[in-house]
Amino acid sequence: MNKCMERLYNGILKENPTFVLMLGMCPTLAVTTSAMNGIGMGLSTTVVLALSNLLISMLRNVIPDRVRVPSFIVVVASFVTMVQFLVQGFVPSLYDSLGIYIPLIVVNCIILGRAESYASKNPPLPSLFDGIGMGLGFTCSITIIGAFREFIGAGQVLGHQVLPIADMASGTPGYVPVTIFVLAPGAFFVLGSLTAVINAINNHKKAQGKKVKAAQGCGACPSKDSCPSANSAEGCSGEAKAAKAPKTEAPKAEGTTETEKKVEE
Amino acid sequence: MENLLVITIGAALVNNVVLSQFLGLCPFLGVSKKVETAAGMGGAVIFVITLASLVCGIIEKFILVPANLDYLNTIVFILIIAALVQFVEMFLHKSMPALYNSLGVYLPLITTNCAVLGIALKNVQNGYGIIAGTVNGMFTAIGFAISIIILAGIREQIQYNDFPEAFKGSASVLITAGLMAIAFFGFSGII
Repeated sequence: MNKCMERLYNGILKENPTFVLMLGMCPTLAVTTSAMNGIGMGLSTTVVLALSNLLISMLRNVIPDRVRVPSFIVVVASFVTMVQFLVQGFVPSLYDSLGIYIPLIVVNCIILGRAESYASKNPPLPSLFDGIGMGLGFTCSITIIGAFREFIGAGQVLGHQVLPIADMASGTPGYVPVTIFVLAPGAFFVLGSLTAVINAINNHKKAQGKKVKAAQGCGACPSKDSCPSANSAEGCSGEAKAAKAPKTEAPKAEGTTETEKKVEE
Repeated sequence: MENLLVITIGAALVNNVVLSQFLGLCPFLGVSKKVETAAGMGGAVIFVITLASLVCGIIEKFILVPANLDYLNTIVFILIIAALVQFVEMFLHKSMPALYNSLGVYLPLITTNCAVLGIALKNVQNGYGIIAGTVNGMFTAIGFAISIIILAGIREQIQYNDFPEAFKGSASVLITAGLMAIAFFGFSGII
């Protein structure tokens, strides 16, 4: 059971998918207009992540290596479809506000990344807890971002007005909401500032001579061998461009295998 | 015709796929270091999204809906997109080496670009037919290309600027993208 607790801790803090690994950026920016949306999206992702990790781990000796990525995608897509119907049926208001981002959980690279780097190599129980841990880590981070944007952008916490809004017409003093934070540009600003804060903390630690894990990019990411977006990051794409080699079975693994070859050389 | 015009402007500028819908952020942030590579990525995305919208539209209309299986569209579309990308890559490799050399390296990255699946699903949700869906897909992708090329241009200009230490790297790119998103708000008056 110890191992399971360790996986939970690992997912929530040590390898937090959003702040440490920088995975799954699209939903992180898109649905964090309020804390409630963040919780809903995070929990949907957690369910998919835990169940797909469990199933993939149980099937890990059955799935042939060459077709594993398409098989993972089918497993993930099935769970996403189920979650989509559950949310639509039981929490229709959440379904309306999350909209297209629920089916898009399929292409969230946290899920494929964990399937490839953890669930396909470990027994079912730790994989289940790894999925739950990662999912909760994701939920916590996007809820924090959502709460921050909601508070600054509308003076609300979880939909409750905590700061009285100023009324220009009658001259009532109060809080003037910075509406841009709930609009699209606010997402970029909040995430940019958070990244800068994490960079600053890491730089500070580095200055003190402590060993630090880099906060971003594929270099530090443990799932870089599997994460589809790893190929599109700056460092990796140059490598991929240099090598126009014959295609492999799994298109996503290609860029990284080239990179590995280069490293070996 | 008027309807299609509204779709084109809306898809390319007003509801820009990256800056207002946050789809396809990974390549947007990852492959925008040089204008040249950004243009290559943009071209590949236009090609794949247009084709994927067309094929997904046809499959939805002639197979899934008549068979009452339209609830399976997420699974079916992602598999179609993955297969399509692989197929396009092999086809270009064999028959159009010049085009392959300019687009080829970006193609495998596109399978998991969430914009492709996102647009295929949006076309269904908005009830677009095959033609309207393809036009929507094509111009959404053009919007993606416009914004990634602009971002790459800005990044080339600012790369030697003296940022605060903490803002170096992706933080400054995110702030730049935020400013671009504000600029794109200006288009919302068009339609």
